[in-house]
Amino acid sequence: MQPTAHAFKEVSRQKIADPDLQRALLKLKTDFRAKRVQVVNRLPEFEALRDEAKKLKDHVLENLDYYLETFERNCTAAGGQVHWCATAAEARDTVLRICRDAGAKTVTKGKSMIGEEIALNDHLEAHGIKAVETDLGEYIIQLRGEPPSHITAPAVHLVKRQWTETFRALHTASDLAPDRPLDEPRQILDEARAMLRRSFFAAEVGITGANFLIAETGSTVIVTNEGNGDLTQTLAGTHIVLASIEKVVPTLEDAMTLVRVLARSATAQEITSYTTFSTGPRRATDADGPKAFHVVLVDNGRSDLLGGEFREILRCIRCGACQSLCPVYGAVGGHTYGWVYAGPVGAVLTPALIGLEEARHLPEASSFCGACESVCPMRIPLPSLMRKWRERAFETRVTPAATRGAYKLWAFFARRPVLYRAGARAAIGLLGALGRKRGRFRSLPFAAGWTATRDFPAPEGLTFLDQWARRR
Amino acid sequence: MNARDGILGRIRASNHRAGPVSVEQATRNAERIAAHRPNLIPARAEGDAATLTTRFVAFAEEVAATVNRVADADDVPAAVATFLASHNLPTELVASPDPALDAYPWAQQPLLTLQRRAGRPEDVVSITGAVLGIAETGSLMVRSGAKSPQTLHFMPPNHIAVLRAKDIVGSYETAWNKLRERMAADGETFPPRTVTLITGPSRTSDIEKTSYVGMHGPHRLHIILVDGQDD
Repeated sequence: MQPTAHAFKEVSRQKIADPDLQRALLKLKTDFRAKRVQVVNRLPEFEALRDEAKKLKDHVLENLDYYLETFERNCTAAGGQVHWCATAAEARDTVLRICRDAGAKTVTKGKSMIGEEIALNDHLEAHGIKAVETDLGEYIIQLRGEPPSHITAPAVHLVKRQWTETFRALHTASDLAPDRPLDEPRQILDEARAMLRRSFFAAEVGITGANFLIAETGSTVIVTNEGNGDLTQTLAGTHIVLASIEKVVPTLEDAMTLVRVLARSATAQEITSYTTFSTGPRRATDADGPKAFHVVLVDNGRSDLLGGEFREILRCIRCGACQSLCPVYGAVGGHTYGWVYAGPVGAVLTPALIGLEEARHLPEASSFCGACESVCPMRIPLPSLMRKWRERAFETRVTPAATRGAYKLWAFFARRPVLYRAGARAAIGLLGALGRKRGRFRSLPFAAGWTATRDFPAPEGLTFLDQWARRR
Repeated sequence: MNARDGILGRIRASNHRAGPVSVEQATRNAERIAAHRPNLIPARAEGDAATLTTRFVAFAEEVAATVNRVADADDVPAAVATFLASHNLPTELVASPDPALDAYPWAQQPLLTLQRRAGRPEDVVSITGAVLGIAETGSLMVRSGAKSPQTLHFMPPNHIAVLRAKDIVGSYETAWNKLRERMAADGETFPPRTVTLITGPSRTSDIEKTSYVGMHGPHRLHIILVDGQDD
């Protein structure tokens, strides 16, 4: 997709004024947050599991080449074919080639973030192959021509009325009456199920992502609730798995540790409805399943990311908890971030994948409240990593001159504590005196960003440091 | 340089190595894989058979599976008939070609017909065995194979799974070990093409973050739990 991350500020203003989006986000901010706390509190070992998950993934990253080669060997032994792709373009072309070799006209797809990252659907469509998203949320945003707005809830930006409108406008099969009842979620679900069943049976190729790859067995793992991923990979003659290279873990036991933290963080479930481990194509005695099994390993910048200060983002298991809990995401929604990954994970990953120039607003779009880090099952220090991008933006002059000037001025005083305190005392005293009568300011020089939407309270008494000194 | 060498080379450079991991490290990694050592297993996966069975049922019911616990194998056909009648479902079932299902006296329910095959689009109710039940989340472990088509677990809107109470284990890790042992005993290569942990019926939360049961997979998952059935 064409990134629009550079327009973060303009888009966020539109999104904050969008009543449908704000209503949609409210559910995420209330119900989901409460449910996540409940499901986490039910498992006393959750914090210890987070520690183990972090340790496990750190070990994998240190030995990533070893485990990828082990995965390749065991996947091949099980009859699978492993394809290594350094770039998004290589991955797109590899998938297209496999689809053509399979004579595919229609492919079904399970939800895959790496598929979004390499813009696979557009590539297949451009070459005459119809790609059908089968996850309900992915399906409707494909109908609407939108990107996903959340990693695990791609259509979280929509309210029910928009589902009804979209289905009515775009489901025009002759057996569907234009005035059919479509206001109840059950009706929407049933219509989507019926439409997508046709695609499942028509597709020559099924493409899924992978939550994990297992080195020990050469297996790929998908974690889903709807069952679409399993129909995708069972009913088509060819199954293609798209996976970024950091998805590998050593053993089935290791995968279970990550499974235990994944659903609790992603959807506030103990475990999702289906966790499926796939190993190679259909065997001689199997009653069903695909005849060919391909795993497309995608690097797309990760092997370089591994060697730098953003290494820890490669622990990410794409649960989306940092998005669900982020107050900025909760205010502006996922599309504002302007590329595949929204929220705190996007603020760290997007500059690395599409460049800091395009994505410079994303690491700034945080109050550093720390909610993301506090819920990340993989203990990724997201605020610290965002701060590193801010530092890099400053150093490489990606940050605009006025902002750089303000930082420099502040830094000048911050490095001279005596001057800083004297200046702060003088400013506080002046503002306190000027504002004593009303207790607040409607406008202040250099503070329009604050006073445009709310009053600035007048200081009362001493500076923080003076109060601190007095209380001690 | 091909893509594979390029990726592996960059990974090694990023990890400050000129080549593969050291021989010692490779040995440790290989031993780590061979050992199948579990990481932390939650305490809720511990307990005697009765405790684990109760826990399995409670977690399964919490996610909208229904469980009918019957005293022995002879009760299974009647339990199936009761489930079908209570939901006004047809009495034609598609059943996995699993000899384990032959242990039940189907002749006692002459109205039931079982077709033994993989799934087809028109199927309404499937009945299959389950390899194991896992107490820690009320999950069923099912597998693909000659005796257990994966399509029967996903295509029909109603899935009946028959599980022996003695096949309930505490944790995912114990389930993997049992499956490994059984396949080795049967001379099969571990793992099967697919293994699925099924926890409740299919569902979606994509419409306004509200969870609805019944999306692409089964709308109903009915578990018939059989006490007192031996191998």
